[in-house]
Amino acid sequence: MGLNSLMAVPHVDYKNTHREMTTDIKKTDVNLVEAPDGHLGEGFFATSIEKVIGLARANSLWPLPFATSCCGIEFMATMGSNYDLARFGSERMSFSPRQADVLLVAGTIAKKLGPVLKQVYLQMAEPRWVIAIGACASSGGIFDTYSVLQGIDKVIPVDVYVPGCPPRPEQIIDGIMKVQELAKNEPLRRRNSPQYQALLTSYGIQ
Amino acid sequence: MDQTTLKENKIKNTASGEERESDLHIEYTTLNLGPTHPATHGIFQNILTMDGEIVIDSEQTCGYIHRAFEKIAERRPYYQITTLTDRLNYCSSPINNIGWHMTVEKLIGVDIPKRAQYMRVIIMEFARISDHLVCNAVIGVDTGALTGFTYLFQWREKIYDIFEHICGARLTTNIGRIGGLERDFSPEVYKKINEFLADFPKIFKEFSTLLERNRIFFDRTNKTGPITAERALNYGFTGPNLRAAGVDYDVRVANPYSSYEDFDFQIPIGVNGDTYDRFMVRQEEIWQSLKIIRQALDNMPAGKYFADVPEFYLPPKEDVYNNMEALIWHFKIVMGESDVPKGEVYHAVEGGNGELGFYLVSDGGRTPYKLHFRRPCFIFYQAYPEMIRGGMLSDAIVTLSSLNVIAGELDA
Amino acid sequence: MAGITNEFLLERLQQQFGEKIKAAEETFGIVSVVIEPDSILDIVKWLNTDNILKFKFLTDICGSHYPDLTGQELCAVYHVQSMENNVRLRLKAFMPVSKPEIPSLTSLYSSANWMERETYDFYGINFIGHPNLKRILNVEEMDYFPLRKEFPLEDATRTDKEDQYFGR
Repeated sequence: MGLNSLMAVPHVDYKNTHREMTTDIKKTDVNLVEAPDGHLGEGFFATSIEKVIGLARANSLWPLPFATSCCGIEFMATMGSNYDLARFGSERMSFSPRQADVLLVAGTIAKKLGPVLKQVYLQMAEPRWVIAIGACASSGGIFDTYSVLQGIDKVIPVDVYVPGCPPRPEQIIDGIMKVQELAKNEPLRRRNSPQYQALLTSYGIQ
Repeated sequence: MDQTTLKENKIKNTASGEERESDLHIEYTTLNLGPTHPATHGIFQNILTMDGEIVIDSEQTCGYIHRAFEKIAERRPYYQITTLTDRLNYCSSPINNIGWHMTVEKLIGVDIPKRAQYMRVIIMEFARISDHLVCNAVIGVDTGALTGFTYLFQWREKIYDIFEHICGARLTTNIGRIGGLERDFSPEVYKKINEFLADFPKIFKEFSTLLERNRIFFDRTNKTGPITAERALNYGFTGPNLRAAGVDYDVRVANPYSSYEDFDFQIPIGVNGDTYDRFMVRQEEIWQSLKIIRQALDNMPAGKYFADVPEFYLPPKEDVYNNMEALIWHFKIVMGESDVPKGEVYHAVEGGNGELGFYLVSDGGRTPYKLHFRRPCFIFYQAYPEMIRGGMLSDAIVTLSSLNVIAGELDA
Repeated sequence: MAGITNEFLLERLQQQFGEKIKAAEETFGIVSVVIEPDSILDIVKWLNTDNILKFKFLTDICGSHYPDLTGQELCAVYHVQSMENNVRLRLKAFMPVSKPEIPSLTSLYSSANWMERETYDFYGINFIGHPNLKRILNVEEMDYFPLRKEFPLEDATRTDKEDQYFGR
């Protein structure tokens, strides 16, 4: 029970109250977040701060939907009630880059839009992740033309690529879950490390 | 709304009526309704000149998603261009696909069997419903009513389900073939369509009661972004936006294609050409589309679902594996070695936003010599500055979403 | 809706403009006439104001490039339609690539504004009298007209796609 109150889940212990009310013991299907490794004691739970922060970040990723074309409509369907992205912590779609964690680029990015995308990426605060949704954002897709950017990784570093044209909402959710894995396991000092700085400099980002 | 006059730096004394020059320097502000904006539902930029909250003028930039469709089309064989047309108005891609197929069928001069035509009508009307549902849900969202969006998107999933059973894809459907459809409707499709026709009207009525006579919604949308019928025609409007202004032009009635003349439906028209009229015209068009689908389903003729045009229509797989002639046709079609007559053809269909035209010039080769899409969004979006002049910023947002500008069709 | 036939339309057009109509044919249900670039504004204005024909709607403007027709490489194609009479008309005007100029229709139809900008952007046809003839869909700094036949579709500077694997 002490574990539950630390993990910010409902205070009511479903398992025990249910057992009291009915004669047969039913298993609950409420999924709780997996607790990280640590020392459990009477009224306390000790773990590394990295893991706790990772857990908090992973389960409340606020996306910035940079929806350009057809993948944007599939993203809207993912946000809808049938596939519901909100249950993964992405309840609030932040349209302001300052308050967003994940940049979801869905759709074709033309060369005219490249500087705009870079500007939006620069305005985001660390830690930030980028998902390229769809074939056009990953590699230019079916549009191998003079006016289309052949993948957004030409202008910004990308963490997860979700292929598809357009990808099904389940695939988009899979992409978000991969970012959750990344966020959960990311070391705290990664954003200050020389490798990350080198990655950013290779894109011309200070 | 009246056109506001230029701000004069004068202060009027209301008691004595005399005017004098003001010491205050009043100037207009520039607001960038930039390419990425939560409420623009697409990637296009408007630089607004504002006097406080009133919009004086607007300068537009588009092309942020220009994908050079027309240049790509000069490289692709005819059946590969269907995947390009998918991505024009991606909210109703079956209409674009079938429109393209009809253009090529017009060029090669083949008649499609009645059954295939009725099936195409059903698919196109579902696509129209799907498009109008997005537009109306989004008008609700822009006035703050998010509930309607969640209701309607759940029902759009049912339409996606039907498309998946017909062709395998949800959004960018690549439906049908030149010469008909790739397979007949399975019993599952009929079951799903009947379920949709039975259950959807109740939900749509619920959505209508949320917004149609809602005082707040009406005040937000009535008389905002108006355009007169004459100006709309001059700006090249077609589709629901033109019908909201009062002109009853519908390509399905004026130049009927694919057996639309067999169906009994009405064309709703508006009065003012404002946002409320555009919303209501789309609402009514959804009801009319449901009526058309019901009629097509009830009167579906028996017969084949494809025409006899072996140079374009892939033969069934059993024949390809057993019959030499079918194998050769299959090879020729996939390699794009079909003979197409020379000529130029213009064919228009009623897309979700208006008259979607295909101007195809063929020189007899395996790819078109030139293909131009007459995209309704590109043409009517020019009228946007005139529609929002004199209104407030929030009206400009609602007007933009009521026009249903789809960025893919805007830039092509 | 009762309309006028294509033959009547062609007859009336030839009656009014005679030698300005250089060629005329009916393809796939639409009358298609070839005219000199300078006469486009007069013809379209007459079509608009004529009481019988009533062509009050400009459907489309696009361009085309025929590199083999020397002296007449670029072509501007106009589609107009009469909603009341339910008839369409296609007008084509050929221009040499060295001097691709044609009067603009923006004074008559507001919809011609962006359509002419798009045609300029793709083919380089200059519309004289256009209030704001600059590129609309491509980047402003682009210095060539991409839809002309001599330019390739792909971006030659891209590094991640090898032409040999794509059959080019």
